[in-house]
Amino acid sequence: MFNAVFSQIILVLLLIKIIFNLKGEIMRKSLFMVLSSILLIVGGQAAFSGGHSVTLDDVKARGNLLCGVSTGAPGFATIDDSGKDVGFDVDYCRALAAAIFGDPMAVKFVGLTSAVRFTALAAGEVDILARNTTWTYSRDTDLKQTFLGVNYYDGQGFMVKKDLGVNSTLELDGATVCIQVGTTTELNLADYFKENGMSYEPVPTADNAESQQQYLAGACDTYTTDASALHGTRVNLENPDDHLVLPEIISKEPLGPLVRHGDDNWADIGRWVLNALIIAEEKGITKANIDSWKDTKDAEIHRLLGTGDDDILAMVGLPKNAMYNAIKAGGNYGEIFENNLGATSGINIERGVNASWTKGGILYSPPFR
Amino acid sequence: MSKLAFVQKNKIPPSPAPISEVGIIGWLKQNLFSSWFNTLLTLLSIYFIFIILKDFIPWAWGGHWDTKSLRECLDLNPDVACFSVLTARWKQLLFGLYPAEEYWRPTVTFILLIFSIIPILFPKYFRFFWFSIIYPGLAIWLLWGGSIWGVGIVYIGFFLGVLLFVLLLRNITKNMVIAGISSILFVILFFIFFSNYFVNILNIIIPISLPPVESLKMGGFTLSLIVGITGIVASFPIGILLALGRQSNLPIIKMICVGFIEFIRGVPLITLLFVASVLLNYFLPPGTNFDIVLRVIIMVTLFSAAYMAEVIRGGLAGLPLGQHEASASLGLTYWQSQRLVIMPQALKISIPGIVNTFIGLFKDTTLVSIISLRDPVGLASTIRADQTWNGIYWELYVAIGLMFFVVCFGMSQYSQYLERKLKTDK
Repeated sequence: MFNAVFSQIILVLLLIKIIFNLKGEIMRKSLFMVLSSILLIVGGQAAFSGGHSVTLDDVKARGNLLCGVSTGAPGFATIDDSGKDVGFDVDYCRALAAAIFGDPMAVKFVGLTSAVRFTALAAGEVDILARNTTWTYSRDTDLKQTFLGVNYYDGQGFMVKKDLGVNSTLELDGATVCIQVGTTTELNLADYFKENGMSYEPVPTADNAESQQQYLAGACDTYTTDASALHGTRVNLENPDDHLVLPEIISKEPLGPLVRHGDDNWADIGRWVLNALIIAEEKGITKANIDSWKDTKDAEIHRLLGTGDDDILAMVGLPKNAMYNAIKAGGNYGEIFENNLGATSGINIERGVNASWTKGGILYSPPFR
Repeated sequence: MSKLAFVQKNKIPPSPAPISEVGIIGWLKQNLFSSWFNTLLTLLSIYFIFIILKDFIPWAWGGHWDTKSLRECLDLNPDVACFSVLTARWKQLLFGLYPAEEYWRPTVTFILLIFSIIPILFPKYFRFFWFSIIYPGLAIWLLWGGSIWGVGIVYIGFFLGVLLFVLLLRNITKNMVIAGISSILFVILFFIFFSNYFVNILNIIIPISLPPVESLKMGGFTLSLIVGITGIVASFPIGILLALGRQSNLPIIKMICVGFIEFIRGVPLITLLFVASVLLNYFLPPGTNFDIVLRVIIMVTLFSAAYMAEVIRGGLAGLPLGQHEASASLGLTYWQSQRLVIMPQALKISIPGIVNTFIGLFKDTTLVSIISLRDPVGLASTIRADQTWNGIYWELYVAIGLMFFVVCFGMSQYSQYLERKLKTDK
């Protein structure tokens, strides 16, 4: 990247030198025009050649994908006992790496705290950020990032002890609430209680860990944070059955992967790998049965797996079987969900809104054609 | 003459001290129960210690060590510690994500560290000082791997520079400044033009290399030690120079030093770490790979150098002006008087402050978890994010606290030893 810019500057300087060393005004002028038109043509070609992603070139040249994930978010990204990266976001990046290189291990995970995640992406330390990040207007526009879609619809929920006898957030009038200060959850909480004409008494905490300790110690009746985190916490309490995550979700927290502004082709690649995983679940393509679809009549599946005649993935600069590799890496969306957030993972989050639209959820991918 | 006069001829053996004044009872009486107020304080303290230990000891003593998950611990007995997390993760807490088959490298590095600081800490082994000079390069090579000549060439370059300096002084010129500047120029030219060439040749002739390990993989207590110890070692000389510079008569040097110290002391360390992790990336051209651990070490060093400078300035201020004047009247130059008269005394006075800064710096290394480095505290939250151990707090923090305590307590003990040893006003 830097070399390319540098060599261009050198080239231009050389040209200028040649032009001004030539004798004769006419000669100089005509040569200048010829050269500048050549430059224009070359530049124009670079600008208009479709499907060309600078980031993809960098990634290919480097030989691995740099994926920014959380340093620790239950179910989404962490390190297991053997030091391996695991999680929902981790599996998405593995699928992306598999799509590009055919190898799900060709990815380096960079753990990022919420304090440095956006700058790390903007500064090019990572190629893609898959770090349970909520898609909001200002992050999309003001922070100059492109969200690729939603891979998990989260939302703020409440956990209570069962013996409190509460079955709905609407019964929480007058409750003491453990709340992490300085987060959007704090604002959502205030809005929700105000809207419903209820009052509450906040017990401020620094993070989820402290909320949990305060709640268990009885300092507050309920504690609130993202529902996915509540489920993960509940399962590992001393007696999970004594606690209840209330069914209401009071905020929209659509989490998704994101890239920098300015490389739309790269964004397309990331977006369609995510979509491919969602379509795969819709069509029933799993890690185990992916090789048995060669004779299907469904043309979309042929396009997706690269088993048909038309190679539409060439449009974004990926190999024909890229999505086959992506699905093969960790399974379809449903399998990834199940392994990291669902029953297999021990966190036991229901699919709920995160089910495919064919099964009553809101996951809906545009068609792959 | 009456014969009644009596002279005791032999010495009466001393009777043993009353039982209430010696032995354990005496010690107790003297130290714990010497007055009603002290007795009250003693009883209160015992009560508080009891309250804490009453819960802590059964909790820690009966802890589980070999369950597979927190759930399993809770199902067995929820009232005791679940140290199984340490059994499963102690390697990560010590070495971070360093490749398991290379664990010997950080281990050897820290064993050698002990040998390398012995010549500095205990003067009677000073003849092994050469090892302390070689050690930093050796440590870098062991930890990060790659070809040995990558760091070796730095040593070769500086060695040639020093050689040139000595040769010039001996044979060509008597002027220190000319010899110094020309050897520095030589070293710079060497690194710019010849070092790559030499490295390539050396790699072919004597290929010694270790599998490279990137900074991303460093973590755990290893990272704390790398950042802490490098910061400590590098900040000490910089601190001395800054302290001298601040007292200098040369206005520009003084201004630079005062500006640096006041600026660095005026910002929190975490700000500097953010600059290192976030801001520098914007300034450097895209694609530049300026190692994050190196960036952090530089910032930590600068930060602690500013504090060190003020601690040493305190020591300098504690010396009577007569010391400066006396050394000047003996005809010592500025540097000679600093080296022989001023610094030995000033540093001795500042020992508690210096060690205080060192300990503070070492503990401050845990702040790097905020900029996503995996130090033990950062790793604790990573470990908790694994559903197997989600919800485990005390066990991890007790273990991490213990690791830090050992190192910090060691430093404090050494400083007390040093103070006793250097005590001249008996």
